[in-house]
Amino acid sequence: MTLDRDYFEYPHRSYGMDHDRYPWEMLQDRAPVTWPEGATLAVWINVGLPYYPLDQSNDPFPPPHGMKTVYPDLRHYSLREYGHRVGVYRFFDALDASGLPVTFAVSARLAQRYPYLAERLAARPDEIACNGWSMNHPHHGDLDPSVEADLVERSLATLGEAVDRDIVGWLSPGKSQSGRTPDLLAARGVRYMADWVNDELPYSFATDHGSIVSMPLSSELADTTILVDSLHAVSEYVDQVTDAFDLLLAESAREGGRMLALSVHPWLLGQPHRIAAFEAILDLVGGRDDVWVATASDIVEAWEDQQPG
Amino acid sequence: MREDPGLYDYWPYEGRPRIEWPDGARVAVWIAPNIEFYELAPPPNPHRTPWPRPIPDVPGYSYRDYGNRVGARRFAAVLDRYHVRASVSLSVAVCEMHPELIEMGVERDWEFFSHGIYNTRYSYGMTEEQEREIIRDAMATIEEHTGSPCAGYLAPSLTHTERTVDLFAEEGGIYTCDLFHDDQPTPLTVDSGARFVSIPYSLELNDSIVVVVTKVEPRRWADMIKRSFDRLYREGAASGTVLCIPVHPYQVAQPHRLAAFEEALDHITGHDDVWMATGREIAEWYIDHHWEDAVADIAAKQGGIPR
Repeated sequence: MTLDRDYFEYPHRSYGMDHDRYPWEMLQDRAPVTWPEGATLAVWINVGLPYYPLDQSNDPFPPPHGMKTVYPDLRHYSLREYGHRVGVYRFFDALDASGLPVTFAVSARLAQRYPYLAERLAARPDEIACNGWSMNHPHHGDLDPSVEADLVERSLATLGEAVDRDIVGWLSPGKSQSGRTPDLLAARGVRYMADWVNDELPYSFATDHGSIVSMPLSSELADTTILVDSLHAVSEYVDQVTDAFDLLLAESAREGGRMLALSVHPWLLGQPHRIAAFEAILDLVGGRDDVWVATASDIVEAWEDQQPG
Repeated sequence: MREDPGLYDYWPYEGRPRIEWPDGARVAVWIAPNIEFYELAPPPNPHRTPWPRPIPDVPGYSYRDYGNRVGARRFAAVLDRYHVRASVSLSVAVCEMHPELIEMGVERDWEFFSHGIYNTRYSYGMTEEQEREIIRDAMATIEEHTGSPCAGYLAPSLTHTERTVDLFAEEGGIYTCDLFHDDQPTPLTVDSGARFVSIPYSLELNDSIVVVVTKVEPRRWADMIKRSFDRLYREGAASGTVLCIPVHPYQVAQPHRLAAFEEALDHITGHDDVWMATGREIAEWYIDHHWEDAVADIAAKQGGIPR
């Protein structure tokens, strides 16, 4: 098949991006950022608590790390449930021992199903962000707009009620968005979203309802990418986090504040043979004067305080 | 369709005329970062879908954007530390969209060669005139924005037609990176009859293949590069070899990978008798010094082992 004339037309081939959500701007050209108490590197540990229903639809694509076998996939369902029943309590112990705050990104449906877990989360000093309704409810370009508007509203309201607070952070299931997701989030008062992985600092993202902060949560350094998708050894996972930490810390001392965003999951790192890796990472990033371990919303606030106007 | 690309004859690695690189170097090493632009909403191509998810594919798009926003300058700083120049495989729309990245390379005397207009516009389905149009567009854009003519080609997203190499040679290019059959340059037979060579690029060491396809741990990737270099350095004592390290700033400049690349670069630059070159320099040297001997040797071996 041959190509039409419009395949050789380039309507966005001029200065800037090919959309109007944020301007083209290199990290290294921005005014340097500083973090509280003289720290140069902010570390955001995002603990994912996604709910994977057994009746997964795979529409329009299979959710990452979801059900894989013919229905009913008891294997993957219960392996993910392990994180909610066992792994997360190992995480609580490790976090309490370290004294470091994290952000839990929780599926609204999980909080609704397990009030015990929701109460435990709500009683902790950590932040709670919304990971959508469930991993079987992706936001995507072919989704009916009214369905998506209801998903956003229902997810934020249900999770907020379960943990008794306003939710200001959002992570879409599978980081998948439609062209309207940021507008819906901003309209509902969400302050930051963590889906776009194009940066290593917060940045401002335009919507129909004012700006929202984009908080890049690295997918490449996620425990799931390295351990599940790439099948690296758990020691190699820690090595890669250490290489990233060393590089960003050195760069932050030379060039201005940086942020290390670590995506971790109790269903994966909460297993007995992996939990020591999570503890090793807490040891790596904690207890240093030049490193600020903080929740995503605290990082957003510190960053916003330094933005002009 | 045809049985082979029709661009080169069989030419065994053993017994070739000796390649002598400048200053007696054993191996020519070139670093080829792909500075690309992937469109959020490209027009459809009937032969290939640009994104695995419905548009907007936020994970895929924002991962590529990271290379330009964060990775490119961080990667350049590593090359600066080792006084190494890059040969940029360029989505030429970056000249208009992100000219700061072009300035960054020009002030470092980097080479820029064509990797198409965008990495989301594929050559599949193009007529000869359409493909000639994008080749001319890309070459003119590079010359206008960098001040130097475009000498090399790597097809956008490695999408080719049967005419890709011939067309690029006709338009004045001198080398292609689209063939992976050798560790030394190869004279190619092109319709125009011009002197035109294939320069070893690499898919074996390319971060895209190693990281995304084969999912190798970063420090093991460094081992692979070092082992390749060590072997080509040893063999290069007899006849010059070429090592290319193709990278993508959105991958290599991730904070958990860049130290591994630097480990490999430190190993390579710690050796004497290494020619840190650009693609164009390798192609020109080969065409100027080794073309006739190579062509004669290839011809002599087409009937079997010469008696």
